[in-house]
Amino acid sequence: MEKRYIYADNSATTKVSESVLSEMLPYFTEEYGNPSSIYRLGRNAGRAVEDARARIASVFGCQPSEIYFTSGGSEADNWAIKGVADKLFAKGKKHIVTTAFEHHAVLHTCEYLAKKGFEITYLPVGDKGYVTAKQVEDAIREDTALVTIMYANNEIGTIMPIPEIAEVCHKKGVLFHTDAVQAVGNVPINVKEQGIDMMSMSGHKIHAQKGIGFLYVRKGIVLPNLIHGGGQEKGRRAGTENVPAIVGLARAVEDACADIPAKTERISAIRDHIIDGILSSVPASRLNGGIEHRLAGNINISFLGVEGESLLLMLDMNGICASSGSACTSGSLDPSHVLLSLGLPHEVAHGSMRLSIADPITPEDGDYIIEVVKTVVEKIRNMSPLWEDIKNKKQGTERWLSFVSPVE
Amino acid sequence: MMLYSEKVMDHFANPRNVGEIEDADGVGEVGNAKCGDIMKMYIKVDNGIITDVKFKTFGCGAAVATSSMATEMIKGKKIEDALKITNKAVVEALEGLPDSKIHCSVLAEQSLKSAIADYYKRQGVDPEPIVGKIPECESCH
Repeated sequence: MEKRYIYADNSATTKVSESVLSEMLPYFTEEYGNPSSIYRLGRNAGRAVEDARARIASVFGCQPSEIYFTSGGSEADNWAIKGVADKLFAKGKKHIVTTAFEHHAVLHTCEYLAKKGFEITYLPVGDKGYVTAKQVEDAIREDTALVTIMYANNEIGTIMPIPEIAEVCHKKGVLFHTDAVQAVGNVPINVKEQGIDMMSMSGHKIHAQKGIGFLYVRKGIVLPNLIHGGGQEKGRRAGTENVPAIVGLARAVEDACADIPAKTERISAIRDHIIDGILSSVPASRLNGGIEHRLAGNINISFLGVEGESLLLMLDMNGICASSGSACTSGSLDPSHVLLSLGLPHEVAHGSMRLSIADPITPEDGDYIIEVVKTVVEKIRNMSPLWEDIKNKKQGTERWLSFVSPVE
Repeated sequence: MMLYSEKVMDHFANPRNVGEIEDADGVGEVGNAKCGDIMKMYIKVDNGIITDVKFKTFGCGAAVATSSMATEMIKGKKIEDALKITNKAVVEALEGLPDSKIHCSVLAEQSLKSAIADYYKRQGVDPEPIVGKIPECESCH
């Protein structure tokens, strides 16, 4: 098998596309003016920023004035959640509804607010990784300030029923925010039609550069100013605009949302081929997260008796870039909170691998991935005393077996 | 993010002394599956000298590399010299480890001691005065 190089970590970040880069380039050395300046060079830059805002608004079905550029998803999440909390706490609203498997930008923000006196409800996500509108409805209380639920999960790719969730929030008169970082470009999003009050997104997941994103804030919601200073972003987030990044973001959004159905069909066919190929050839494995309503490029599989970081290093030696939810790769003692939220034991979560595929992946790349994963897992298991214990049915190992396919 | 040295990557990619010894004179196992690392070490002892050593490890890149390095360091050594090998020596031999991976080297030292303790037990000798106490995995307790 000839060695290939396959970047399969597009949920971590993506390559800046040629189209994005070429739109950005003039704003570094030619149209480099400050958008706040009065002369032509400044006006041109200012026009580019406002034009980008309008292009983005048109893709998501909102007004340009409702788009606030940020440094990315984490900043947008922080601003939305802390901003609403700040405004509504004084009115006696001190409860937030979220899920157990949000991105840390949301979870850690909620934990911060919990220390400030908020109560947080973390909705369970079941063994497949979904929440329902009914769960949200039941969790909302008189004093609920905000519901914040991710559009699609970054590790297991499951997509939440956002329009239905937004509907129950509105029925109960509660604001709804969604972290759509992983969903943009995968799910058609129209914030008005879907009833989204606030939405965070990040450019570098869709082939724009790192360090740019936006927060959509529905007209009528007034968040506290995030950065005090000049009048940029209507004075809400001061600081000279990152003009090239903003221009690139607009192009990336347009490209990513241009033909979602065809892209979904193409990528999900390869995804399913890889999932089937791995699950059918590697014993004691499992797919994490439901296959229905799943991001087209997301594959998350656990292998019993294997540790995730070793797996990633060996995949890397074979030219495949992937990620894992093992404790070792998370930099903490516990494996991924997302995998644990599905009810997985630590021992099963440690052996996880996430592949997030995107264009220009080919079916042949898929075949290569299947072959490499098969070989590498076998190699790791051959030197794993844990795998030996599992095969020998050592006491204590049987409780993991119900989570995976048969060992032999 | 952490960076592994060339030496760590070499020992991870080409681990030395992987396997089992069927008629081992001492077998030690440390770590646990919940934490994500287990090391199992087999030694063959002849006349107080460790003549052969093999290991199996479930764990991250550093866990594999430290076990591999530890086996290389004790092979052919007298037991008392092998017992002098500390986790620090293993880290140095690997040209360093990221801070978050130092516990792997501790585990490697412990797996080695645990195999030697087992050897003494099989000889009818109380290992504790010689090898010392082997603590439980710190991160889990």
